Amino acid sequence: MFLTFPIMVIRVNTIENVVEWRWNNLYMVGIGSFALSMVWRYMLKRKERGGKKADNGPSDAKPLAQKILENRKISVPVVVAVCIIVMFFPFVFSMYQTSILITALTYVMLGLGLNIVIGLAGLLDLGYVAFYAVGAYSYALLNYHFGLGFWTVLPIAAGLGAMFGILLGYPVLRLRGDYLAIVTLGFGEIIRLILENWNEFSFGPSGIANIPRPSFFGMNLSVHSATIYTYYIMVGLCIFTIFVVNRLQDSRIGRAWIALREDEIACQAMGIDKAKTKLTAFALGATWAGMAGVLFAAKTTFVNPASFTIWESVIILCVVVLGGMGSVVGVIMGALVLILLPEYLRAFSEYRMLIFGAVLVTMMVFRPGGLITNVRRRYKFEGGEGGGRKE
Amino acid sequence: METILNVQKLTMNFGGLRALDKVDIDVKKGEIVALIGPNGAGKTTFFNCITGMYDPTAGDIFIEPPGKKKDRINGLKPNKVTKKGLARTFQNIRLFPNMTVLENVMIGRHCRTHSGIAGAIFRGISTRKEEKRIIEDSYVILEKIGLSQYVNELAMNLPYGAQRRLEIARAMGTEPFLLLLDEPAAGMNPLETRELDQLITKLRDTEDISILLIEHDMKLVMSLSDRIFVVDYGKKIAQGTPEEIKNNPVVIKAYLGEELDA
Repeated sequence: MFLTFPIMVIRVNTIENVVEWRWNNLYMVGIGSFALSMVWRYMLKRKERGGKKADNGPSDAKPLAQKILENRKISVPVVVAVCIIVMFFPFVFSMYQTSILITALTYVMLGLGLNIVIGLAGLLDLGYVAFYAVGAYSYALLNYHFGLGFWTVLPIAAGLGAMFGILLGYPVLRLRGDYLAIVTLGFGEIIRLILENWNEFSFGPSGIANIPRPSFFGMNLSVHSATIYTYYIMVGLCIFTIFVVNRLQDSRIGRAWIALREDEIACQAMGIDKAKTKLTAFALGATWAGMAGVLFAAKTTFVNPASFTIWESVIILCVVVLGGMGSVVGVIMGALVLILLPEYLRAFSEYRMLIFGAVLVTMMVFRPGGLITNVRRRYKFEGGEGGGRKE
Repeated sequence: METILNVQKLTMNFGGLRALDKVDIDVKKGEIVALIGPNGAGKTTFFNCITGMYDPTAGDIFIEPPGKKKDRINGLKPNKVTKKGLARTFQNIRLFPNMTVLENVMIGRHCRTHSGIAGAIFRGISTRKEEKRIIEDSYVILEKIGLSQYVNELAMNLPYGAQRRLEIARAMGTEPFLLLLDEPAAGMNPLETRELDQLITKLRDTEDISILLIEHDMKLVMSLSDRIFVVDYGKKIAQGTPEEIKNNPVVIKAYLGEELDA
């Protein structure tokens, strides 16, 4: 209330050189902040009570989201509904809507890729955007110099991404936590600075324009239909990503990643090759960024280093943390919320980022584990002799 | 009985500090051997050298797994050592707290299985079979150790004694021929210690493995071990059967200090 006093209550009228006192506003701010603090207190209390209840109750009490996911009766219609919406989205809504959904889906891909590195393997990577840039520039440059098409470059970019992932992973094998974060941060900046300053190679800050959109069996599409086409490619790639990440998570390698995150020394003592496991995490994480980069370049038809600043890395990191580390559904939700929210908040014009920030803070206070927290897989056993069955 | 672990003149320096000074130890097949000594004597350093956490300054570590030829394992990476058949537990529990009990043991199975990235993505028949085997084997191990009622519990929610036993179960998952236990009874109540005593004996008898353990609980050490090695200030000061050690004046001196008027 006191902080807002100078802005909200006093107004200096420079034309007549008098000070206007807007006391009405003071009351409004007072009432507003009072109400907000009540809500805040109430939510905190509820959270505390909820926490206690979970402690006392049976250990298999699950959060609401988990219940929905596990109950087939609810989850099947939800999945079907989501599928239908996704299928017909570009025909029902405008091109603008489709376009921002493509952006959101790009972040779903990036988030899921980074989720492998941070959420599963526990390696805090702040330079993730570098791999995104590698993907985007590999499409732009390969197309410019050799005229390679979208579909040819996609696997190449994935490979290049993985290669750069290993390149980054190798020197940082012995680092952990904060130190790793700083080195990866530096790596991200190095890639961006190279792109910005090596004019002969990357055309410097002016970037590369006129990158073709993905072609549909050699046909050149209008902007409108190309957007729709890109949208479907994006949806396809996202489904592919989700599929692969899900499988990796439940595999022998996925388990090794999680063990690495939990305790590095014990992990090694249990016979897991630390170096190899870390490198696979970096490489596989970077692969998705590479592919997402190609799609980004194809969608915007223009790349320049300004698209790959540290801010992008931070957003992707936010997607993972906000969504829930290690949880695939969580990361998808996180990406949608984080990317779509600022878009739809455009109506609030200058308050947009303020509201966005407030949402982030509230989220982290009330749900520190992310929107949807990851729940470990349970196994059921019948009888004494093995017969392991997944639930 | 053949020797399966033979350590000769093992020396480890940390800068100017000599943590281990020419320690010789050997373990024979089917034996339970204890390593005792006052705090800071270098017992855990000894373990870390054997399991590859540290690279010893001098000396040799030979292993001879049953049915395989002799092998020098100095300076190998911990994961390689584990693969050769040495598994360890830790003094302060080092489980994977956010994984379930079963998954903890499944991690132990990691070095005995092979499926890679392609297998994980396409999930072919061999991968699925292997995965099923991992789950079954892990469950069998949990049953043996007596933790099967906790299968899907997160490791961090387990009672203390059960966490200690889970560490042993996880180590068993790597199919060792020699199990290295670093203070397995630390912090346990008498009942839990008795159960541990039975468990270790049972593992030795039924699983055909040998055990080398560090322990401060003298009652446990005396009842459990076939032979005892005593270290102090990085040097081996005594070795022998529990009876011999109990009456060894050097050992008594190391633990209780010298008598003033002697």
